[in-house]
Amino acid sequence: MNEIKHNELHCSQQKTGVKHLAIWTLAWVLSTAFLRFGAEYIWDYQLAYSAIALMTHLAIGIMMILVNVKHLANLDELQRKVTMDALGITLGVGLIAGIAYEQLEDIKLITFEPEINHLIMLMAVTYIISIVFGNRKYQ
Amino acid sequence: MKNRLKVLRAERDWTQADLANALAVSRQTANAIEKGKFDPSLPLAIKIARLFNLTVEEIFIVDVD
Repeated sequence: MNEIKHNELHCSQQKTGVKHLAIWTLAWVLSTAFLRFGAEYIWDYQLAYSAIALMTHLAIGIMMILVNVKHLANLDELQRKVTMDALGITLGVGLIAGIAYEQLEDIKLITFEPEINHLIMLMAVTYIISIVFGNRKYQ
Repeated sequence: MKNRLKVLRAERDWTQADLANALAVSRQTANAIEKGKFDPSLPLAIKIARLFNLTVEEIFIVDVD
């Protein structure tokens, strides 16, 4: 009975962890937008405001990383393996594709400047696909 | 790695959810271990053995090849 209660507590901790991760990720995305568009439309690139917004953005980013680490620690070992595998694949794809993409303009295969947003989108899609396949593998 | 988890669980009339609860893992993890798709860590294997009052070797059978 104690073990069942323990597991319920564990599940509840996991749900809280996911909720906190979602909140901090959303806050980070919003702070990214605020930093980019605030400078342009609100404080007209004033150095002090841009510095404050940047520091806030970085602080929120660090919080997001810490919450993610805590979330990983709360997963059971299979869930952690699936997540770590997905993170490893995403890192590899991000590094390989990012460097290749960056060189496309240098070797004149594309005419536009490579944008970091494209790489982030690729990494997000890679992570989601890796998680889905990882979970299906162990079903 | 093969194991006798399904038999041991059936002997006690436990569901996979019961086993997962007792081990404090997700049902997906309990299912993957039972089917031999995922090898548990040594601490989890010991926890499983203690749950059934058996040794790790009595539950898990390592494939020679």
